[in-house]
Amino acid sequence: MDMRVEPKVKMKLVMIGNGMAGVRTLEELLKIAPDLYDITVFGAEPHPNYNRILLSPVLAGEQTIDEIVLNSWDWYTDHGITLHAGKKVVAVDRARRLVRALDADNKVTEVPYDRLLMATGSKPFILPVPGKDLEGVIAYRDIADTNAMIDAATKYKNAVVIGGGLLGLEAANGLMRRGMNVSVVHVMPTLMERQLDNVAGKMLQKSLEDRGLKFLIGAQTQELVASDDGRVKSIKFKDGTSAAADLVVMAVGIRPNTELAEAMRLHCNKGIVVTDTLQTVTDARIYSVGECAAHRGIAYGLVAPLFEQAKVAANHLAQYGIGRYVGSLTSTKLKVTGIDLFSAGDFLGGDGTEELVLSDPYAGVYKKLVIKDDKLVGACLYGDTVDGSWYFKLLRNGRSIADIRDKLMFGESNIGDAGVEGHNKAASMADSDEVCGCNGVTKGTICKAIKEKGLFTLDEVRKHTKASASCGSCTGLVEQLLMFTAGGDYSATPKMKAMCACTEHGHQAVRDAIVANKLLSIAQVFNFMEWKTPNGCASCRPAINYYLISSWPKEAKDDPQSRFINERSHANIQKDGTYSVIPRMWGGETTASELRRIADAVDKYKIPTVKVTGGQRIDLLGVKKEDLVSVWKDIGMPSGHAYAKALRTVKTCVGSEWCRMGTQDSTQMGKDLERAMWRMYAPHKVKFAVSGCPRNCAEAGIKDVGIIGVDSGWEMHIGGNGGIKTEVAQFFTKLKTAQEVLEYTGAFMQLYREEGWYLERTVHYLNRVGMDYVKKKILEDAENRQALWAKLQFSLDGEPDPWFEHSRAEVDLRQFDKLAVPA
Amino acid sequence: MSNWKEICQVTDIPVLGSRCVKRPQGTDVAVFRNAQDEVFALLDRCPHKGGPLSQGIVFGSSVACPLHNWTIGLDSGCAHAPDTGCVQRFSVMVEGDAVHLDLDELASVAVGEVA
Repeated sequence: MDMRVEPKVKMKLVMIGNGMAGVRTLEELLKIAPDLYDITVFGAEPHPNYNRILLSPVLAGEQTIDEIVLNSWDWYTDHGITLHAGKKVVAVDRARRLVRALDADNKVTEVPYDRLLMATGSKPFILPVPGKDLEGVIAYRDIADTNAMIDAATKYKNAVVIGGGLLGLEAANGLMRRGMNVSVVHVMPTLMERQLDNVAGKMLQKSLEDRGLKFLIGAQTQELVASDDGRVKSIKFKDGTSAAADLVVMAVGIRPNTELAEAMRLHCNKGIVVTDTLQTVTDARIYSVGECAAHRGIAYGLVAPLFEQAKVAANHLAQYGIGRYVGSLTSTKLKVTGIDLFSAGDFLGGDGTEELVLSDPYAGVYKKLVIKDDKLVGACLYGDTVDGSWYFKLLRNGRSIADIRDKLMFGESNIGDAGVEGHNKAASMADSDEVCGCNGVTKGTICKAIKEKGLFTLDEVRKHTKASASCGSCTGLVEQLLMFTAGGDYSATPKMKAMCACTEHGHQAVRDAIVANKLLSIAQVFNFMEWKTPNGCASCRPAINYYLISSWPKEAKDDPQSRFINERSHANIQKDGTYSVIPRMWGGETTASELRRIADAVDKYKIPTVKVTGGQRIDLLGVKKEDLVSVWKDIGMPSGHAYAKALRTVKTCVGSEWCRMGTQDSTQMGKDLERAMWRMYAPHKVKFAVSGCPRNCAEAGIKDVGIIGVDSGWEMHIGGNGGIKTEVAQFFTKLKTAQEVLEYTGAFMQLYREEGWYLERTVHYLNRVGMDYVKKKILEDAENRQALWAKLQFSLDGEPDPWFEHSRAEVDLRQFDKLAVPA
Repeated sequence: MSNWKEICQVTDIPVLGSRCVKRPQGTDVAVFRNAQDEVFALLDRCPHKGGPLSQGIVFGSSVACPLHNWTIGLDSGCAHAPDTGCVQRFSVMVEGDAVHLDLDELASVAVGEVA
């Protein structure tokens, strides 16, 4: 019997426009629903999809056209996409759902559709002056324009660029690099007035003049004058002056290309009006993305927002329907080699804002930061843009900058604040320098992948190069490389990052939903938040599991299969697949009988290595998994949780009991803290230290909570970190009694447990919410502090020790027994 | 001809989890169970740096290696892009609730193992 099933008739998707936003939508769609549609693409240009942003480097002779192709002809064939390149769509019959196109010979092509994607992009604005149609007068938009400019540079001498904006300056720079004598005509008083303030605009002009560009500021074009052969010869201005011009490039702005959409009677207002799902408001079968679309009144002209739109449109076309596009923040960078310029957000400032300005005209550096309500809302940098991506991140995250305000201007490296959020200096690194230490990825490798594979987001770089995919300490650096490579506008991403590829939701949204709707299991979260994957992944499941048990202690059930092996088997996995065991030693103190039991276990189970850790404990390395349960039993000491996102050590010095300098009994304080908070799961590992005097022998200054004894009581410091990047803990408060130390420490821990995102250390949590916020919650609100401390105690009350109370701690003992093959 | 031998019941393997099977010689075999109660068997060694795949987090029909988080397809034994490399798969037969492995296959030298 013939078992073949006739293939289901596929729906037909037609895309009009073959540019970056449209093709990106198809790529996203093919990733999630490769078989849903028969796809047809109409492109007016006779080229496959290329990276329009990189036309400037092509014009400047730094790259070739071939190098900027994003999807080759083969890509279309390989994905079964019918590409009509060089055919212009002239009409769409919405009633019969037919697209009609004409080629150069006026031959008609008609294609039916079930879904239509309008990605017609934008058109350059042409000044309506006499002579605008002369030969030698062009816009700067596509490969044909670029080739016309390259060609003109070989034959002619004088070029005039009308428009001193981003595109005009890039065109002028390119033509100058190709040997032409270039003047820029700009009607406004300063260059790039939409991206730069007056000061930065003037500095830019000076620097470009030094390179040989001429500027005609405030000049208004009246007429383009022809030579005898019909080519443009000169340009005449309103004030009667004129300039020689064998080539005139108009770069005075773009307009959404809505001609066809209007003919189809789709509602247009500054672009084709679309909803948050990128469907046109007029016809739900018709989608629109890219520069032609108007979303909430804005038509974006930068690539990153367009790619965010592409993702959402693809999600909807694939019939998931859970993605929403809610708008983007954008930033700008000029692609003229050697000129560093960056702006983002509300860089002009105005009512209700404050400005921080650093101006050093001699060194060619100017920085302006605009602040509103303790948040960074705009930045304009000239000459030194190393911190551009950092400022942009602060802007997007909207985190309070009150605590770093005095150092903000001097950048991320001066703030002791980088840590897992990144370093800087991406621009000054050599290609052979290593960026990602975990996976051994160099700057050169990353930049090459970004250019060759057309990568635009951090996730894509992670996927293709592995950079920043492990410990994450180089994330900031990779983001900077993205921004600086090929000078793109690559860095805009959604305000809130999704947890992982399984969902659109960020960490905060997931936790909020768990708390607000009393979700008690991972399945409920997946269901409620419409997860895209059936069982999530190794990244989201542990996070959700933590949010559940921290939000609903004693109610939500722990899911061991959603924990990393260390927490599932309550020991640390090592490189050879054996484990290490660290028993808990309260406050770093031990006894002869404990040491004897440890020694006996080492002999009995032939444990190869015994090591004292950095946190004053004994580590037994090389234990076989099948021996773990017996080793725990024989040692008879509580679990050190050295494997868990939980309280690890409380490091202490000997304190006043033994030390001749000690002012307080730090060992006892350490033991009390550890006994009060052991078994405490947290977003990440947590370490405490208690020192008996300001000599601080327990190194309390780099711990999540560091307590330092002084003559009059205790000092409490929070948010230190000795890990990926050393972070010094910040002074929090001074306390009188040991009881207060317990209460304040517990309250801070509970706040972090409730609000920290999974895998976010206390220092990064503090950076996100601001020190003032934590002070408000704990120092200024006694009731809230006591409530937090009480909640923590409730959570920890009766929590089992996983090494001894296996069933209560949900330890699946089957994992320690291997299955044997029967003879 | 296969030489099937019953190893365990499907329920002996945790859902979205695994068990290790001792082979007569060489590296263990990891048997996995996904949410649909499908059972897969792979040599318990990640193609990257030899991590015990049995100890990883299972999702969909993949497992994330516990050492460096490579994702390995349970049905193919191959790493997901951009990583490359595969680990040997073993045949599995589930009859009723009983999981069977092929004795001859278990006894032979696995791909990438030194005899």
